[in-house]
Amino acid sequence: MELIGPVTESLATHRQRLGPLSALSSGELIAELESSGLLGRGGAGFPVGRKWRTVAERSSGRAVVLANGAEGEPLSHKDRSLMAARPHLVIDGALLGARAVGADDIIFYIGIEHPAADAAIRHALAERSADIRGRAQIVSAPAGYVSGEESAAVHFVNAGDARPTMTPPRPFDRGVAGRPTLVQNVESLALAALIARRGHGWYKDTGRASGIGLLTASGAVRHPGVQEIGFGSTLGDVVAAAGGLRGDSHAVLLGGYFGGWADVEEQWGLPLEPRSMRSRGLVFGCGVVHFLAADSCGVEATARVLAYLTSQSARQCGPCVFGLSAIAAATQRLATRSPQADDLDRIVRWGGQLVGRGACHHPDGAAGLLRSALDLFADDFAQHQRRRCVTVSRPERVAVA
Amino acid sequence: MDEIVVDRIRCDGHGLCAELLPERISLDDWGFPIVKRGPVPDHLVEVARRAVDICPVLALHLARSG
Repeated sequence: MELIGPVTESLATHRQRLGPLSALSSGELIAELESSGLLGRGGAGFPVGRKWRTVAERSSGRAVVLANGAEGEPLSHKDRSLMAARPHLVIDGALLGARAVGADDIIFYIGIEHPAADAAIRHALAERSADIRGRAQIVSAPAGYVSGEESAAVHFVNAGDARPTMTPPRPFDRGVAGRPTLVQNVESLALAALIARRGHGWYKDTGRASGIGLLTASGAVRHPGVQEIGFGSTLGDVVAAAGGLRGDSHAVLLGGYFGGWADVEEQWGLPLEPRSMRSRGLVFGCGVVHFLAADSCGVEATARVLAYLTSQSARQCGPCVFGLSAIAAATQRLATRSPQADDLDRIVRWGGQLVGRGACHHPDGAAGLLRSALDLFADDFAQHQRRRCVTVSRPERVAVA
Repeated sequence: MDEIVVDRIRCDGHGLCAELLPERISLDDWGFPIVKRGPVPDHLVEVARRAVDICPVLALHLARSG
């Protein structure tokens, strides 16, 4: 396992395993990352090499690196597991990022709800040289779904307010203290450190479909938890590694709350890999793979996610404050089979109107989730509009009860 | 070519923009603008500028598109 492990790795073990920090120059580092095809692991999947190049071009040696370990996604545990197990690999990635983009200062932005990760990074920094310690600081990210959004992270460091800001300016132009800022997810940094050490060829040769990554399996599996996979492993492989399904499952949430629902049977052989998933209209995102138990209702599960996303809105933009909360309320009425006459029609219409109408992508993420639910659970939604539920009225359920 | 951009954090849903420029801007059920994507055609640029000026919270902009 490259990125996870049972104990916190010390500096000595880390060095023994991987050797010293890569000596590549800025230009070489960026070229390696671009050739590797590494995509960011915070959720959006932006090419890492291109991001580093963009910041480097604007830096004039005064950029900032913000290592993003906020991990506000409720079903994701991979970033905190990585930081707790391989803090030095994350630090190496941040140091290389700083070298590549021309940054003196490094900020580790770690979710306040992830004490083990915080302690591991803190302890690991104490093991490093005075020079590195002097350039690095840890900032505790407040709890909340949007705290890790990149403009929100920058806003919090600058002004103590973890709400997204209007872009432009994007953080790579004007971020922390107005300086060009590389905001990069901690897993992306760890992978960048491995690629720098072993070359882009190593990364491309790992996995069936080029690359490795972390995911979090949860829901109706026997052993939920973080897995390291070679890309191209299938959904079925993930279930097998999680000890099999607990009961039956027909629907899986891929990519987290900004991802979407997919049919388990249809996607059983789906190679998990960001690019091929995107081409099928699916999302790898931050690697959430959540199986809905067969006796759970998809409408109810979707209502819960939408209620959560509504509660996590930064409440700055009208379409999110009013539109998203109205969608969540109507979906909740449908879930409890007490809908108003045209609730289903309304969530279809309102959902279509959300996209691209927020300062951040919160409404877009929610709209994508809703769209996938309306597609996969189309029958269930239609039945709920008629005050019936297919799931809870299944005969076998009655027999078991 | 210019495109209409809304600062979603500033926008309070006054709706004057949609009254002035219904060809490009409609309102959702709560009065917040839904803007057609793409550049504003030449014959509407003048009205679009007026919509930008009339916004009470200065949330509307014309930005170079592409």
